[in-house]
Amino acid sequence: MQIYKSGVVTDGVKHSMNPFCEIAVEEAVKLKEKKLIKEVVAVSCGPQQAQETIRTALAMGADRGIHVEVTGKDYEHLGPLQVSKIFAALAKKEEAQLVILGKQAIDDDCNQTGQMTAALLDWPQGTFASEVTLEGDKIKVVREIDGGLETIKINTPAVVTADLRLNTPRYATLPNIMKAKKKKIANMKPADLGVDVAPRLEVLKVEEPPQREAGVKVETVEDLVARLKDTGRI
Amino acid sequence: IFKGQIATPQVFPYPSALNEEQEEFLRDLVGPCAKFFEEVNDPAKNDALEKVEDHTMQGLKEMGAFGLQVPADLGGLGLSNTQYARLVEIVGSHDLGVGITLGAHQSIGFKGILLFGNPAQKEKYLPKLATGENVAAFCLTEPASGSDAASIKTTAVQSPCGTYFTLNGSKIWISNGGLAEIFTVFAKTPMKDPSTGEMKDKITAFIVERSFGGVTNGPPEKKMGIKASNTAEVYFDNVRVPAECVLGEVGGGFKVAMNILNNGRFGMAAALSGTMKGVITKAVDHAANRTQFGSKIHTFGTIQEKLARMAMLQYVTESLAYMISGNMDSGATEFQIEAAISKIFASEAAWIVTDECIQVMGGMGFMKDSGVERVMRDLRIFRIFEGTNDILRLFVALNGFQSAGNQLKALQKALKNPIGNAGLFAGEITKRVKRKAGLSTGLTLQGNIHPELAKSGDLTVQAIEQFGAAVEELLIKHGKNIIEEQFVLKRVADWAIDIYTMVVVLSRASRSLSQGNASAQHEKMLCETWCIEVSAFESKQVFRNLKAVSAAMVENGGVVPIHPLGF
Repeated sequence: MQIYKSGVVTDGVKHSMNPFCEIAVEEAVKLKEKKLIKEVVAVSCGPQQAQETIRTALAMGADRGIHVEVTGKDYEHLGPLQVSKIFAALAKKEEAQLVILGKQAIDDDCNQTGQMTAALLDWPQGTFASEVTLEGDKIKVVREIDGGLETIKINTPAVVTADLRLNTPRYATLPNIMKAKKKKIANMKPADLGVDVAPRLEVLKVEEPPQREAGVKVETVEDLVARLKDTGRI
Repeated sequence: IFKGQIATPQVFPYPSALNEEQEEFLRDLVGPCAKFFEEVNDPAKNDALEKVEDHTMQGLKEMGAFGLQVPADLGGLGLSNTQYARLVEIVGSHDLGVGITLGAHQSIGFKGILLFGNPAQKEKYLPKLATGENVAAFCLTEPASGSDAASIKTTAVQSPCGTYFTLNGSKIWISNGGLAEIFTVFAKTPMKDPSTGEMKDKITAFIVERSFGGVTNGPPEKKMGIKASNTAEVYFDNVRVPAECVLGEVGGGFKVAMNILNNGRFGMAAALSGTMKGVITKAVDHAANRTQFGSKIHTFGTIQEKLARMAMLQYVTESLAYMISGNMDSGATEFQIEAAISKIFASEAAWIVTDECIQVMGGMGFMKDSGVERVMRDLRIFRIFEGTNDILRLFVALNGFQSAGNQLKALQKALKNPIGNAGLFAGEITKRVKRKAGLSTGLTLQGNIHPELAKSGDLTVQAIEQFGAAVEELLIKHGKNIIEEQFVLKRVADWAIDIYTMVVVLSRASRSLSQGNASAQHEKMLCETWCIEVSAFESKQVFRNLKAVSAAMVENGGVVPIHPLGF
């Protein structure tokens, strides 16, 4: 992967679903299999390739997909705020009772989309979930916090973000991929949802981590001390 | 080519066998399939356990890997040969033991039902085979019958009422023999010759269920490689096989067996091109990072030559695999020589490439942890099973001689009536005179190959002309007795393999150049070098090419050419 000064070159790089989002899809599909929810809708924002990601979700068991097409410059500047606005608008439009997201994307590590979506909707949120239990119109969420677990109970509708230990996502099997081809993916643009995706941030620069310089082996302690002195470390 | 000619429509342009929908579906399958092998399957553990781990086996079944080519309405994925090739390539790059488990099941185990089964047989057996609920095995080899498949001793005698056959005999080295519920079994059935009234044994193919009773198997064999796959003896003791279980026609079993094997061989070329890609990546990684004498070892000529030759062999094999699968998908029926060539070439190329991978990696490659010695052990069987390479070489040569012989016979017939056949006669005479004088007989690949490959095309044409002349001389010299001349036949086969591979890479590299592929110039080098090498003219050009190929590989972390399917 090449780095340029304001981002990473993604041309020709294979796109795949964010691992935390896979966990989110798995959780939704599990809830559906337990007949606790009626329908699972998989949503992704991005260029044409985002459809492949949605297909994977459909193959895992989601019922239908929504592709919010964002391309070109808009896609380059797409951040958590823009995505949250889209998700919030869709949640209202679809009258969703539960929005499950990955806790963060592994490319930009923002960890904001779930929280912002909840805020924009003014819904309760259960972030970093390692266990989700539906109890009537309430949800019990076990959260992974520093040094332990926190259990909270929140009202629905709610936003939940998936942490690593929530579940182990299933593999999309080939027969299910075949069946998923028949499932529908609706296509829309942010404008259709009345969302403005103009960027609010400007990326100043992106840098590769500094290269580690080669070390040297020394034979004796004396050698070591001498070298350390030479380099001005002691 | 045995006639000194080239049937260009069979090889040009390089086939693009997938329609848009098939391509899109395949694209969707490749990722998850690769992911499964990267994350779930553990080849080292399978090898150590001498079985595919239970959860992996279960995962493969759920994955749909047991029914790749079963029609979708019977519970499979309904893949074409090209789509199948692309997926087994992934399997081959990760674990040949699993590859054989899957291949013994669907490439030969139940392929007979797919190819020859009647609708009732297909409906009855394929759904459970596709999900892997039932595993299949192919039972041909016996203790006294290996390459000489027609000499099997297992018998199936029809009951007087005609409703069943009684099957007796034993089969050895049966892949999946200990796991299978459904067996494709070949046995001799006594039959009355309709013209003479004499009783004669003929081979018949049967679908045999373990549940019929009387089917047992021995313990798993201890093997050199592909240890994860189950290999066992299978015994049939007075097994009552209903007459509905005859596969194809009574007495038509030899044809069934040969067709199954012919139809499966391209899959080996595909799997092994994946294997080669895998080990090449390891070799390149090592060469790019290992420092000796103060330099990365990929900067040394001896290593460059190794890497480049490995790349060339992989390129040829991959080109063969998708040429043949593409032709099969577009309805070709006469592909048995090409399929045999692909099996011979792939199994030998993979052996060389893996051996050289170990050499590049040095002591590291010899250690179990590098995962290459297992591949080496796994590969050894590929030159032996499903038709030994030695028998297949005879098959290639004799099939070729047969077609060339027919033409020669027509010519000899014409000799008896030269006036009536003046046209044919004059043409053939001119061709021979020209050939003797060292002139071209007018054979050309112009218009079929990309202009940038004209030189390689010329080399290929020369080779075909020389080959055609040599075949004709041999036929005139030996006549029918050519069958006995195995020393000669082996060399003729090698020559035929050389020429066919030249043509195939010319075809693929031409397509890449015409399409302006990102790897077109690299492929041109591979093609050019291959054609020069095969024609035995080593030159500075070869050295330059090998150096450049190696450099591109190191840059790319493995093989460079864009896959024939584009992904």
